[in-house]
Amino acid sequence: MNPFTTHKGIVVAVDRANIDTDAIIPKQFLKLIGRTGFGQFLFNDWRYLDNGQPNPEFDLNKPAFKDATILVARNNFGCGSSREHAVWAVAQYGLRVVIAPWRKDADGSRIPGFADIFRNNCVKNGVLTIELSEAEVDQLFGFIKAQPGVQMTVDLPKQTLVLHGKPEQVFKFEIDAGVKDYLLRGLDDIALTLEKEAAITAFEKKHDVQLAAR
Amino acid sequence: MKQTLYEKIWNRHVVTELADGWTLLFIDRQLVHEVTSPQAFDGLRLARRKVRHPELTFATLDHNVPTDDQSVIRDPVAKAQIEALRNNCKEFGVRLFDIGSKELGVVHIVGPELGITLPGTTIVCGDSHTATHGAFGALAHGIGTSEVEHVLATQTLRQKKSKTFRVEYAGRLQPHVTSKDMVLKLIGEIGTAGGTGCVLEYTGAAVRALSMEARMTICNMSIEAGARAGLIAPDETTFNYIATGDRPFAPCGAALEKALAYWKTLASDPDATFDRTLTIDCDKLAPQVTWGTSPGMVTDVTGVVPEFDQVRGYSRADVEAALAYMGLKPGMKITDIKLDTVFIGSCTNGRIEDLRAAAAVFKGRKVAAGMRTLIVPGSARVKAEAEAEGLDKIFKAAGADWRYAGCSMCLAMNPDQLKPGERCAATSNRNFEGRQGKGGRTHLVGPAMAAAAAVAGHFVDIRTWK
Repeated sequence: MNPFTTHKGIVVAVDRANIDTDAIIPKQFLKLIGRTGFGQFLFNDWRYLDNGQPNPEFDLNKPAFKDATILVARNNFGCGSSREHAVWAVAQYGLRVVIAPWRKDADGSRIPGFADIFRNNCVKNGVLTIELSEAEVDQLFGFIKAQPGVQMTVDLPKQTLVLHGKPEQVFKFEIDAGVKDYLLRGLDDIALTLEKEAAITAFEKKHDVQLAAR
Repeated sequence: MKQTLYEKIWNRHVVTELADGWTLLFIDRQLVHEVTSPQAFDGLRLARRKVRHPELTFATLDHNVPTDDQSVIRDPVAKAQIEALRNNCKEFGVRLFDIGSKELGVVHIVGPELGITLPGTTIVCGDSHTATHGAFGALAHGIGTSEVEHVLATQTLRQKKSKTFRVEYAGRLQPHVTSKDMVLKLIGEIGTAGGTGCVLEYTGAAVRALSMEARMTICNMSIEAGARAGLIAPDETTFNYIATGDRPFAPCGAALEKALAYWKTLASDPDATFDRTLTIDCDKLAPQVTWGTSPGMVTDVTGVVPEFDQVRGYSRADVEAALAYMGLKPGMKITDIKLDTVFIGSCTNGRIEDLRAAAAVFKGRKVAAGMRTLIVPGSARVKAEAEAEGLDKIFKAAGADWRYAGCSMCLAMNPDQLKPGERCAATSNRNFEGRQGKGGRTHLVGPAMAAAAAVAGHFVDIRTWK
C-alpha cells in the first residue's frame, strides 16, 4: 500500500447523511472478481441518468469538481454492507480523503462520522477518513458552495487541513495513533501480523477452538 | 474484576497486544461467500500464502445463486464469481457447501444450523450481517475483503476494543409481535449510527423468552444500528438448540459436557459496567413498519408517515429525500400503503420459524390480485424442513412463489429484483435506495406482517386483522 503523508486537491461535497455502501457502489458491480475497475461505478445511481449519461445535477459531474480528490459528506458515511468494493470505488475514482462529521446524540454519546467497517476498509486501502465537528463540516460546505473548486491540503503528520479559500482556513483533526502510523508507513497488514507468528503458534497450542476455551 | 460477556470472550482470544492499544485477536471460525472472497484468495496467491486453518474456514454460495432454477446460472458474471469460489476452495482446501448440496444456504443461516456457530467463539465473515451469530454468545464481526485475506492467512484479526452497550428488553411481547419489531424499535430509538463503535448486548425478560431463531433476527440487525457486533448470553434455549438436531460441527458426548461447563460461564457479571445502557419496554410494543430509506425510519403499524421535521435523528432534508424516493406523503396511514411485491426470506427472517409464521397467515387464504409473493428459504435444510411440514403446499395454494435457498431479493444480486417504483414489504434488513433493485421501494417488517400484507394488498395490523 502507498503511504499517505500529505495531499492537496479539490474538495467536493455530497450533502447527505447516512450514505450507505449500496449507494457508494450498487450490488450489480459486486460480481467482479478482480480488485480494479470499480472507480467508474462510484455513486452509480446518483452519478448517471437512466440513459447512462452523467447526471449534470450531481456535484461530482460538475466541471469545477471534475478533478476532486477530497470528499466531504454528512454523518454515518459508509453505513450498511461490509463490501470493500465501496472503498475500492472511492479510491479508484481518485479520492484520497473522505471527511464526515461526528455528532452528539440526545443522551450526550458521541456518534462517529463513519461506519466502522467502512472506516476500517479505508485504512486498508490508504484512504484517509477524517472526522470534524458538525459546525466545521457546515463551514466546509459553505466554502465549497461559495468557492467551487476550492483546494485543500491534508497534512497527516501534523493532523491539519488547510482550506485554500479566501480567507485561508485551518482545521485540526484527531486520529487513532495506530491508524496514523499505519497510513504514514503504508504497511502490509499481513506481513506485520506474521511477525507475530511465534505468538500465534503459542496461542494455538493452548486454545481449543471447539470450546473456544483454554 | 467484573466483566461483560464481550470482555470475557475478548480476553479468551487475545494472542498478543500490539502498539497503540491494538490487539491481535484469534478467530475461531471464518465463514466465506462468493462475493467478498475472490480478491482475498487472489491476494494469498500473489503473496504465495496459504490458508492457515482450512478446517476452521467454511464456504457457501448464497448472494448470487438463482432461486428459481439452481441448475443453470444464466448471468455469466455471476457464474464466473461462483466458479471462482469453487476453484479457490479446491486450491486452498476449504470446505464448500455447493449448489445442490443439502448444506447450501445463506451463510448466517448455515453456520448456526450446522453447529459451526458455538458460544464463546470468535467468528468473522466478509458480510455485515455476521452479527447474527452473536445470538449464541459468539463474538461475530463483519469484515472487509482485506481482513478476510488477513484471517485466511493468519487466523487472527487486528482489533481495537469496542465500547459496550447494553440494551435491555423489559416485559413481554404481545401475541403476533416479534423480535423483528424489537430490533426495528431499537434502531428507531438510537438511529443507524447509534451503535457505531459498540458491541451491543441484548438482555432482559423479553430476550430470554425468545427462541434461537428469534434471537438471531435481533443480532442480525445489530449492524443496522451501526454496531460492531450483537451478543446474547447463551442459556438453556441455546444449549438445547445445539444439543438437539443434526449439527455435524457441534461437539457431542463428553466434548459437549465439557463445552457446556464453559458455556455456562458466558454471561456478563451482574454488576459489570457498560459504556451505555438503554431499556425498551416490550409490553406495549406494536408491529413495526419502515416508511423511509434508512432502517431507523420506522414507526408502529398503527401510525402515520411522519412530518418532515419530526423524525428523531434525521434532518428535514433526509426525510424529504426519503419520502420523495418512497413516493409517500406525511400524514398517510401506514395501513393505507399498497404493495406490489412481498419478499419473505433472508438471513434476517429466512428460518423455519419465520416460514411457519408466514404459513399460519397464508393457510386458507390467497394473496391479493396481482401481488408478487416470493418465499425464499434461508437454506436447503430450511427448505427441506418446510416441505416436510407441508408449508410449501400452503404457500403455493395461497398463490405465493416457493423458491430455492439464497439471499435473493434482500440485495437483488440474483435475478430476483424490484422494478423502478415497485413497492415491496420485505422481511430482510435494509430499505436503502435501490437495495432491492434500482428505484424499488422497500418496507421492512416481520414475516407474519409481510404475509398478511400479501393477502390484504396493503399493510394491516396483524394483531387485530381477521
